[in-house]
Amino acid sequence: MKSKAIGVPYVVWMALFVVAPLVMVVVYAFTTRDGGASIANFAEMGEYLGVFGRSFLLAAVATVICLLIGYPLAYCLARLRPSLRRAANMLIMLPMWMNFLLRTYSWVFLLERNGFLNSLLSAVGLPKLDIIGTPAAVILGMVYNFLPFMVLPIFSVIEKIDPKVIEAAQDLGANNFKVFSRVTLPLSLPGVLSGITMTFIPSVSTFAISQLLGGGKYLLLGDLIEMQFLGAAYNPHLGSAISLVMMVIVLVCMAVMNRFGEGEEEAVVL
Amino acid sequence: MKKTLAILLSVTMLVTLLVGCDDSSERKGEVNVYNWGEYIDMSVLEDFEAETGIHVNYQTYDSNETMYSTLAGGGADYDVIIPSDYMIARLISEDMLEPLNFDNIPNFSDIDPELLNPEYDPENLYTVPYMWGLLGVIYNTTMVDEADTGSWDLLWNEKYAGDILMFGNSRDAIGIALKRLGYSFNTTDAAQIQEASELLVQQKPLVQGYFMDQQFAKLEGGNAAIGTYYYGDYLTMQENNPDLSFYLPVEGVNRYVDAMCIPKGASNKENAEAFINYMCSTAAGQKNCEEIWYSTPLLSVRDALDSEVTNDPFAYPNADVLAKCESYAGLPQDILDLYDSEWTRLLR
Repeated sequence: MKSKAIGVPYVVWMALFVVAPLVMVVVYAFTTRDGGASIANFAEMGEYLGVFGRSFLLAAVATVICLLIGYPLAYCLARLRPSLRRAANMLIMLPMWMNFLLRTYSWVFLLERNGFLNSLLSAVGLPKLDIIGTPAAVILGMVYNFLPFMVLPIFSVIEKIDPKVIEAAQDLGANNFKVFSRVTLPLSLPGVLSGITMTFIPSVSTFAISQLLGGGKYLLLGDLIEMQFLGAAYNPHLGSAISLVMMVIVLVCMAVMNRFGEGEEEAVVL
Repeated sequence: MKKTLAILLSVTMLVTLLVGCDDSSERKGEVNVYNWGEYIDMSVLEDFEAETGIHVNYQTYDSNETMYSTLAGGGADYDVIIPSDYMIARLISEDMLEPLNFDNIPNFSDIDPELLNPEYDPENLYTVPYMWGLLGVIYNTTMVDEADTGSWDLLWNEKYAGDILMFGNSRDAIGIALKRLGYSFNTTDAAQIQEASELLVQQKPLVQGYFMDQQFAKLEGGNAAIGTYYYGDYLTMQENNPDLSFYLPVEGVNRYVDAMCIPKGASNKENAEAFINYMCSTAAGQKNCEEIWYSTPLLSVRDALDSEVTNDPFAYPNADVLAKCESYAGLPQDILDLYDSEWTRLLR
């Protein structure tokens, strides 16, 4: 009885701040400005196919880059001496203690036409890098901001792989490549899966990054939704409908991913 | 024992918190002000608090549209807002403003009579002008050839691809394109608006981005060569980067007025009126002017300012220049919807 009572505040909390907003999103999505129930908001969505496509494409590219950088990094980290490992872990976490807007603003400062990076390049006689205001800058912003979410789950899974399993593989005559491809990689898949979810989902719904680094020229889903709530368009109904569709697509993506890794542990949902 | 202590502590904290709130709102009262960013001398707020004992909660927005959706969302409780002309017209038509009690705003008599009974508030029931000014082109003289300046065409000049900053809101961006085509800012002809947004689509590859206040840093740092912004802001930027220059395009420009109003249902209406009145005092007006360099509607402030400022032909233009300016008027809902859909079409 007592253990149930302890759960009550959490249930109330979840109902108030998770379930209730979700219900509101659904209600808003299926109503229009004049209050009537309709699916008009979803019919309007065809106009924004390009935005959906761009958001998912940029998020996918950013996730792949994160994986390509993050996996080797996590692998190396897990092999470091414990003291070094702690220090390296700290360095990865450190930027996350700062607000993500601030970090993105610093990238604006770095990438500007006369910014730090370009001053450096021209000082050594190299051509300037004209990246601000392009999709490449947006991807860079996403990779930078969400890379720790890729590294940390993979790292914590690799770290926990029993060294005896690896030794056993080596004893049975597997070379280094075989040990990695047949033992380490399969065992680290749950980490990879949750890493992918944890970078892909925030990338797909991000908004400030495209505004700051992409110059607001390339609307992403996050910007489109923000425009419905804070912009001239002011149409929370359409905004909710877009959010809802986005949530469904993300859920489907995750279901597919979890299938992909079947037999392994399920990917950790945010 | 530890648990009891924790509960006791949290209860005390809660009580002090609640009592504390009561204290400030009942005895002195407060006023919630919602203004543009970089649009006030912050010490004026302290002066107001010292003089009246009314506590000011101050928040800012970066576009009329943000302000509008915050109000329309209903989640906010503001007592004073300072939107621009066209947004005021929209707020009035949607019955979102409270008529002012001008008995509480004696300093209103100092307002330039030329700005009374404006198009956006024909009977002058809802608004008190705060600042006004002209919108023009700001360019970096080290990066732009003087011969290319003079008209809105500069923003479409391929020579400066990637160095052009465009306005980050639909009304100003489409308005500039309309003017370049020789149409009115306030046209309700859908074909003209579509033609204008087509022009923006053509311009998009040349543009570094669509910005509001971010233009400050971009232009000051020489990270872009051309922007369009308000003359008052140009003066601020020019202090930090002397290479910048300003002109009014020959096709005509926008003259805007930002005015103070009280949203419908504001909970501290009298405090809001006291605040508006204070902002119209000579001391506050002069401080604000010297901070943000927009043009003041207050006659006494104009007299008090340095004559170098008041003789500035862009800050206080003569009748010939003003004749070429056009103010934004309110637009009907179907045209507003068209602006929105054209704007998303441009960005999507």
